[in-house]
Amino acid sequence: MSATAETKPAAAQSPASLARRAADKDIWRSLEELADSGEFRRFIESEFPAIAARLPMQVNRRTLLKLAGASLAMAGLTACSEAESIVPYVRQPENIVPGRPLHYATALSSEGYGIGVIVESHEGRPTKIEGNPDHPSSRGATDAIMQAAVLALFDPDRSRVPLKNGEPAGYGDFLADMAKLSADWAASSGQGGALLVETTTSPTMKAQLEDLRSLYRKLRVYRHDPLAVPAGTAATAKLFGRALAPVYHFDRADVILSLDADFLGEGPGRLAYARNFADRRRVRRPGDTMNRLYAVETTPTLTGAAADRRKAVRPSEVESLAAALQAGLAAAPQWLAAAIEDLVGAGRNSLVVPGERQGPFVHAAAHGFNQRSGAIGTTVDFIAPPDALRVDGDLVALCDAIAGKEVDSVVVLGANPGFTAPADLDVRAAFSRLKLLVHWGLYRDETAQLAHWHVPAAHDLESWSDVSGHDGTVSIVQPLIRPLYGGRTAHEMIAALAGRFDVDAPGLVRETWAKRLDDGAWREALRDGLVAGSAAAPVAVETGTGLTDLKPEPVSQGLEVRFVIDPWLRDSRHANCAWLQELPRPLTKQVWGNAALISPATAGRLQLETGQVVNLAHGGRSIDAPVWIMPGHPDETVTLPLGFGRRTGSVAALAGGFDAYRLRTSDAMWFAGGVTLTARADTARLVTTQHHHAMEGRAIVRRASLDHFRERPDFVRDDVPPAPTESLYPDWPYDQEAWGMSIDLSACIGCMACVSACQAENNSPTVGPDECALGHEMHWLRVDRYYAGPPDDPETLFQPVPCMQCEKAPCEIVCPVNATVHTHDGLNAQVYNRCIGTRYCSQNCPYKVRRFNFLEYQPYGEEAGPEQAAHNPDVSVRSRGVMEKCTYCVQRISEARIHAQVDNRAIADGEVVTACQQACPTRAISFGNLNDKRAAVLREKGAPHSYALLEELNTRPRTTYLGRIRNPGNAAVAAEKGRTDG
Amino acid sequence: MPQIFSSNANGIARFVLWGALFVGMFVALGGTALLRSSFLTGVGEAVAQPVPFSHKHHVGQLGIDCRYCHNGVETSSSAGLPATEVCMTCHSQLFTNAAMLAPVRASLASGRPLQWKRVNTVPDFVFFNHSIHVAKGVACETCHGEVDDLPLMARAEPLSMEWCLVCHRDPEPNLRPPQNIFLMHWKPPEDIDRIRKSLTSVLDIHPETMTDCYVCHR
Amino acid sequence: MARTAAVGRAPPVLRGRHDFPEISGRIAGVVLNGRLPRYFWAAFFLCFVLVLVLFYSITYLVAIGVGKLGIDMPVVWGTMISNFVWWIGIGHAGTLISAVLLLLRQPWRASINRFAEAMTLFAVAMAGLFPILHLGRPWFFYWLLPLPNTHMHWPQWRSPLVWDFAAIATYAIVSLLFWFMGLLPDLAMLRDRAKTRGAQLFYGILAMGWRGSARHWARYRVVYYLMAALATPLVVSVHSIVSLDFTFAITPGYHSTIFPPYFVAGALLSGFAMVLTIAIPLRWAFSVEDLITLRHMDNAAKLMIASGLIVAYGYASEAFFAWYSGEAWERTMMVQRAVGPYSTLFWIMLACNVGVLQLLWLRRVRLNMPALFAIAVIVNIGMWIERYVIVVSGPSRDFLPSAWGDQSLTWLDFGILFGSIGTFFALIFLFVRILPAITIFEVEELAEETGRVA
Repeated sequence: MSATAETKPAAAQSPASLARRAADKDIWRSLEELADSGEFRRFIESEFPAIAARLPMQVNRRTLLKLAGASLAMAGLTACSEAESIVPYVRQPENIVPGRPLHYATALSSEGYGIGVIVESHEGRPTKIEGNPDHPSSRGATDAIMQAAVLALFDPDRSRVPLKNGEPAGYGDFLADMAKLSADWAASSGQGGALLVETTTSPTMKAQLEDLRSLYRKLRVYRHDPLAVPAGTAATAKLFGRALAPVYHFDRADVILSLDADFLGEGPGRLAYARNFADRRRVRRPGDTMNRLYAVETTPTLTGAAADRRKAVRPSEVESLAAALQAGLAAAPQWLAAAIEDLVGAGRNSLVVPGERQGPFVHAAAHGFNQRSGAIGTTVDFIAPPDALRVDGDLVALCDAIAGKEVDSVVVLGANPGFTAPADLDVRAAFSRLKLLVHWGLYRDETAQLAHWHVPAAHDLESWSDVSGHDGTVSIVQPLIRPLYGGRTAHEMIAALAGRFDVDAPGLVRETWAKRLDDGAWREALRDGLVAGSAAAPVAVETGTGLTDLKPEPVSQGLEVRFVIDPWLRDSRHANCAWLQELPRPLTKQVWGNAALISPATAGRLQLETGQVVNLAHGGRSIDAPVWIMPGHPDETVTLPLGFGRRTGSVAALAGGFDAYRLRTSDAMWFAGGVTLTARADTARLVTTQHHHAMEGRAIVRRASLDHFRERPDFVRDDVPPAPTESLYPDWPYDQEAWGMSIDLSACIGCMACVSACQAENNSPTVGPDECALGHEMHWLRVDRYYAGPPDDPETLFQPVPCMQCEKAPCEIVCPVNATVHTHDGLNAQVYNRCIGTRYCSQNCPYKVRRFNFLEYQPYGEEAGPEQAAHNPDVSVRSRGVMEKCTYCVQRISEARIHAQVDNRAIADGEVVTACQQACPTRAISFGNLNDKRAAVLREKGAPHSYALLEELNTRPRTTYLGRIRNPGNAAVAAEKGRTDG
Repeated sequence: MPQIFSSNANGIARFVLWGALFVGMFVALGGTALLRSSFLTGVGEAVAQPVPFSHKHHVGQLGIDCRYCHNGVETSSSAGLPATEVCMTCHSQLFTNAAMLAPVRASLASGRPLQWKRVNTVPDFVFFNHSIHVAKGVACETCHGEVDDLPLMARAEPLSMEWCLVCHRDPEPNLRPPQNIFLMHWKPPEDIDRIRKSLTSVLDIHPETMTDCYVCHR
Repeated sequence: MARTAAVGRAPPVLRGRHDFPEISGRIAGVVLNGRLPRYFWAAFFLCFVLVLVLFYSITYLVAIGVGKLGIDMPVVWGTMISNFVWWIGIGHAGTLISAVLLLLRQPWRASINRFAEAMTLFAVAMAGLFPILHLGRPWFFYWLLPLPNTHMHWPQWRSPLVWDFAAIATYAIVSLLFWFMGLLPDLAMLRDRAKTRGAQLFYGILAMGWRGSARHWARYRVVYYLMAALATPLVVSVHSIVSLDFTFAITPGYHSTIFPPYFVAGALLSGFAMVLTIAIPLRWAFSVEDLITLRHMDNAAKLMIASGLIVAYGYASEAFFAWYSGEAWERTMMVQRAVGPYSTLFWIMLACNVGVLQLLWLRRVRLNMPALFAIAVIVNIGMWIERYVIVVSGPSRDFLPSAWGDQSLTWLDFGILFGSIGTFFALIFLFVRILPAITIFEVEELAEETGRVA
């Protein structure tokens, strides 16, 4: 097997080529080999002092090798400019060629479910996450959180040593204590012992827990997951007689009704769902068809923004709407009746999606409707819930048990009840009564501080494990790097509880699969990133007892609260990740904090301004929160995002925001009625990256209804001056490649995955809340969010804006030192090392897509922390006073070109994939060589509704857009005529 | 009223004025020359190494191929340095207890890598790729000089941007047939110009694209 | 006599009767037996404190980064640019007085041209700082120069910033030579009058052997007039080129052909304002009201209102063409300038440069020194605001509303601005202390021509 065959360009992965490359690599043995040559501490100290200095003392020598790898790449390519010495391997691991990345398939867990990824690794240093095209939950896409995994991996705040009562201790001591514990449990058959786990879909972990239970009969297992939504399984249990989980097939749905479901932004299947949903909305010719989405929502979401018809209602009204859906047309209000009619018309290709946060009745009503319309089996299947786990209750039950002296020693695996517990549970008090509290987690978090023993967890990228996707497909999780900080996997923890101290994680996982996978199949599973054919089979459902004993909740009066999860921090577990803190929230564009969202009307009634602090009281508890006036928000409702307010962790402590958990009680986990709001005098700083939300009547996001598009396919040309054709400057010849990009605004759902991927690929710094407030943020790619129409129910428009790579670029002619220049293939190259920072280029850029290093945002050398190990070695790290910008991932273009040129062939279409394009769940971005007549991007640009932003300026952008087309149905055509009414 | 200045004041004044002019010109010319002198570029200065490795012996006398040690040169951006193992493949048999090889044996024994001093280096912001140069007919010799004459490695070329650009603007004079890439003291045949012309087209070399900034700076 | 009669009601260029020793004695006296009043040194000390402020601010700026200024995305240009344009503008009056008025045979210029030229020189020196301080990496400013380097890399001649560099350099050199040329005869006179050996050497060397022979005077005339001719186009060219930094950009509010003439007019306005700001205290402090007379003040004030009217016309046409162009962003930008985040500054600017200025129509005001001084200072402030408003209001409201944003100034912006003002005046003080602030020989000539010689 030749090294060449092994590492084709990272950026350009067709599933086939991926499989091929992976095929001729024996992944896990190669990792062992990596680990075997472990003689690199001096190596690092010489080449990579910044990291060596920050590594824990008693670190596994093998750990260093992985970091060390970086230095070779850096020494050769981007190391400290005065690289004094070159340090070769002593034994060079097979299949490592310094300067060439390797790619491994694994899976990252998202709320316990797995999403398959391909990780790029430079000399054993994971630097970039890409989706695994073969994995059903990823389909090659990633989201912002997955992109940030590499940063979390190298986070210097991660817990590094086991702590006994807060004091550093050895792992051996811990095992000794565990030995005692397991001995006691063996004697008392687990009397008084309890495990607190999170949602898990890991077959190995489930098996281990079952073994543990059979070992200690009286041992209890509790599950705490602040994001848990048990209503769905409860409803299916009622409806079909057994707990089931739905798997939707949006690619088969013509008409969709979402009852407060955010299937594009939430849930383990979100990436696959977004892909399928968008695939039905790619209109290129007037003949093409399109699905239609009706969205009922209780807070603005990505799904609502993507909907063709949207209705904002108060949380408690959803149940009655579900009842109306149940009862049929007569009972329904006019707009819902229209939707129902539409759904009925679509027959088995209709789909009603219940909101995952909604109560059992809504789920039951939705699935009931799907069953009547015959959608089950077509647009929705039911499978055994991948996260099914036999548990003795949730955190509440655990606290009761502790209070009742039934439990005296608890082992917490991952969860952080110390922060995420409902406000009406005094977890601290409960835990303080315990004889023994063991905590296993990535950070020394609030729970760790309560615990007698804290053990550092291994990051997903350091772990051996297995995990299921939203459809039950199992992936084997394999490590990219030995645990940096001596972290352990959950499997090792449970094994220790079972009294097995000799085992290691890979052994445990292999054990689970010993029966199902022989060695060949096992390696195949590792190579492909999933166990072939492990997807759960759909369960044939027949009507069970029906809805007899499920009744809709009554509509409550007064102000209501809707709790939502911060899209990036989730239950706050990612609070210490700077990339995620600084990634603008899709709808508010807020960074480094959260706010209480209210509707303009409610704000008017209470005379509130954005940024004004209000006090929210419910059930004797109250919190202060700054108000954010949110267009399209339901009236008399307050949306409170969970996840902020953390004070542990150096990054989390920087962030603003309030802790909404303090208002969230166990009886009202997602919705609460009868909330009182009182305005306070003071205001709080809300940092946002977009200050102006109307298009000012300019033709920026050009849009039409499907019917209007069918009448006028080139509606984007209406009422805009024709683009000039004359220019003072001569045209460039493009006889090699001519790179171009097309962005489909109908497909873009504004999920921000592209922005995060861009940051990860291009070493973009984070600047912190204060600099963001000054307007110094550094994202090369931004997703503009405009509102059009009435503020109480506006249309929400997203527009990703990377560099347009103009052919007549205003930036190029004004740079006095030639630091931004036009290339033979039509890029506006930015030469960081030539730039002296006159900022004239940005001044003259109509799109304002350039970013300037106002200060030294990326420390290097001694000041730099381990985070710098996440850097992409193919991209310069920019220093203070330098302008930077998107160049279509020129490093990927160069890599592809070099490989093509070495083989003496042309670059194939799809061989260069930009980071944003690769991450996009909806395939909204297409990129390629415009001189290649067969290029996909050329077909996109050929569509009748393709247009260039600000084309009247004669900048001739290489990045163009496809006008946004929605399908609201005939009723709305009149309302949709206009295309650019700001 | 007494004279303030003596009679030769004018002469002094003139001398100062002209002198200043000449000094200025000298500094300007000297400066431009200094920038390109080996005093700053370090060309031809042998670098002391932990092990006095001699390319003269290994390449010149033994005729070991470049790729035996620098095995990444055809496939990777970095040519790579030999792992200690590679040295020991021979030296476990030859000169097994030569004093000068002690560090190598120590490295293998202790597992601690040898720390070679860097001879050819470019700044962080220059992304040099060996594989493409080798593939397009640029020989080792062209940039690294006739290493088989060097008992101790020394930089053969200034590696300045100017130096890179001269070839990137007009690569033809530096091309040679792929089979001769790894030869030292290569003598071009008489019809070399014709060969180079054909190489440019056969190897699909486009000089007009080779001076784009991002070819080296990303 | 005839000339003064012709001037009519205008006050005389010189008052009283003088003789040469008396004139040269008085002016040279200021320099040689430097008995300067205490308030002179007090004012100098104040300026010196500001010099220290400038040094601190610059050190901070270079050490920490331009991010500590008010600049942000999208408004990446800020006070460094407006300061630069303002100072360059101030320089212009000096050149106009010394060169253009010389060629136009305006004898009254005699008593004010010397310090007007000094003012030009120091203003240009201040202006020269800012393009460098503006840079993100100031230590690489020399990359703007076509130096023979090992990068094989030259500046880009299409960029107005490169033209700027040339324009300012030329302007600085010509101004220096012109000023020094004019100083020669007076330096010689000081050399001869100097008592101490040190002073004799100092002025002697600077005088470069000037003996005042007929041949010297003949050569002097030729060169001086040639240089005046050379300097005259600079009055127009320099600030036109500076204005190209803006007009070259497509940013709304920058992209306008009216800029070159209107920048030059603005330059003269601020320049004469600065001349008065210096002249009025000067003539009072050294009681040379009979040499720098109300006539000078009157003429300068008239030139101010003349250039002020052109500036006002510039404002008007800017607004008109924003509307007439029919471009959405030009119109929006203009409206935003009047009602948007920078509206306050915009209206203050109009009040200073158009409103207050109209008082100068009244002869009473022109001849009332405190009032004239106040107006001059107000106009200087107004002109700085004008430059700042032009710099920031365009980019803060340009093409994509999603990118709209404002900038707000920090202590560093002000530290550098006031620091530069202090440094400027400190230099003026030093100049007054060691060189004759009034051209001795020309005033003597003038006295002769106007028949004021006893």
